[in-house]
Amino acid sequence: MSHHIVEVRNLQHVYSDGTAALKDISFIITHGESVGIIGANGAGKSTLLQHLNGSLEPTGGSIHIGHTPLSKGTLPDIRRTVGMVFQDPDDQLFMPTVYDDVAFGPLNLGYSIDDVEQRVTEVLELVGAGHLRDKPPYHLSGGEKKRVAIATVLSMSPDILVMDEPTNGLDPFARRQLMKLMKDFKHTRIFTSHDLDMVLELCGRVIVLHEGEVWADGPPLEIFGNSKLLAECRLEKPLSMQGCPVCGNNPAKDIN
Amino acid sequence: MASIHNAVLDLKRLDLLANGNSSIHRLDARAKVLVTLIFTICVVSNDRYELTALFPFFIFPVAMISLANLPPLFIMKKIALLCPFVVAVGIFNPVFDRVIILQLGSIGISGGWISFASIMARSTLTVGAAFILVASTGFTAVCQALEGLGMPKVFAVQLLFLYRYIFVLTEESGRASRARELRSCGKKGQGIHSFGSLVGHLLLRTWQRAERIHMAMLARGFTGAFHASRQSRFGIPEIRFVLAWSALFIFLRFQNASQLLGSLVTGLFP
Repeated sequence: MSHHIVEVRNLQHVYSDGTAALKDISFIITHGESVGIIGANGAGKSTLLQHLNGSLEPTGGSIHIGHTPLSKGTLPDIRRTVGMVFQDPDDQLFMPTVYDDVAFGPLNLGYSIDDVEQRVTEVLELVGAGHLRDKPPYHLSGGEKKRVAIATVLSMSPDILVMDEPTNGLDPFARRQLMKLMKDFKHTRIFTSHDLDMVLELCGRVIVLHEGEVWADGPPLEIFGNSKLLAECRLEKPLSMQGCPVCGNNPAKDIN
Repeated sequence: MASIHNAVLDLKRLDLLANGNSSIHRLDARAKVLVTLIFTICVVSNDRYELTALFPFFIFPVAMISLANLPPLFIMKKIALLCPFVVAVGIFNPVFDRVIILQLGSIGISGGWISFASIMARSTLTVGAAFILVASTGFTAVCQALEGLGMPKVFAVQLLFLYRYIFVLTEESGRASRARELRSCGKKGQGIHSFGSLVGHLLLRTWQRAERIHMAMLARGFTGAFHASRQSRFGIPEIRFVLAWSALFIFLRFQNASQLLGSLVTGLFP
């Protein structure tokens, strides 16, 4: 049995104010897949992500993580399996120093102090933030905060990484750095993003959400080649697939 | 909103000072908290008309600033910021208390002025000591020390969260208030009306953020207990530091050292 499978069946969610954010969502994501969830603002991306580790309860349908149904009893286990990186790192980094923050998860899991120390050092090195360990989060730049936020989740050794808008608000260099980092992960990865070029580069599969429903599910080139679908869902081709503004050459022409 | 912005920058600077590496910085935070506590009690418990006995206490802030390599001007400015509040507390003393208790040549000084000066001296000493404590220890370590000395964990955690999010919230309110200022074109905007709505929005946003933070904590296995990951040592240097300073403070509290020195000097040179 693999822990890395995410299965969502007929998921529905209605907010208490009556907004139906998710209408009927079904998909299976298997071991090691890298999946981008895209869609317009308000399409239901963030709501969907919050279901994956039980932060929100479904109104209907079910979620299975590695064949374990998500319920109150399995929640602690599932939260260890699914590492969630929030959109705003200020929400995620709440401890006094970077070290304390990265150690927060492992300490809650009951690891020994020595074990925690080793893990924290390892993951901080992995995300290239070893030199930040004693700094308070408010002294970090946006890119540094993001990398540390990822480290706080990696320190719990999750099987599945879920990230909400990982490249949001980063400068081009920090964005590149983060994408390289995410490319190297062996976990099952699920991102939401409006950064379609990142999705094209990092994901082997794209799920398009529109008004709370799955509108399309397939390989990125197929999805981004379908202009009608993109227009319907208020999306457009990634910039790297659009024509050059100077010479008019379209690098994606041959593919489509 | 420049003032809020500057205040945050100052707070960050105070925080950075705590990263220094002097003999004072290296001491266990509990020792410094204890000494500051004893210092404060000894200073505050003096009689209201006491002034001369307070002067020798200035040796503590002066010694700490020089030993910990703190910028004295910066600390003095921070203390000066609180002066208006202290003045407001003591300003009526000279008005109500007009009994002359000190005669300097032909000028009579009333009890009110003496007690006013005493309040100023005491607040300078205690506020200064608190700033020096934070600048040489760091707010987090102070909280952890207080917890180690028996403060309930809940308070320590609350203080830590408050400190962590003060930066986020002041930046947020600074932005909102700047946006309002820019669109009110130098006038009052819509006065208290728009201001009320702005504060309300900030409160709601804070609430939402709190919910997201709680979610982030739950996502990482939070079950209600904070686990300490740091061990600290209360060794010989700490014991020496606490004993030496407390002994001095208690001596200064019960013996007016200024008078002693005065009588010694006048005794030597009659």
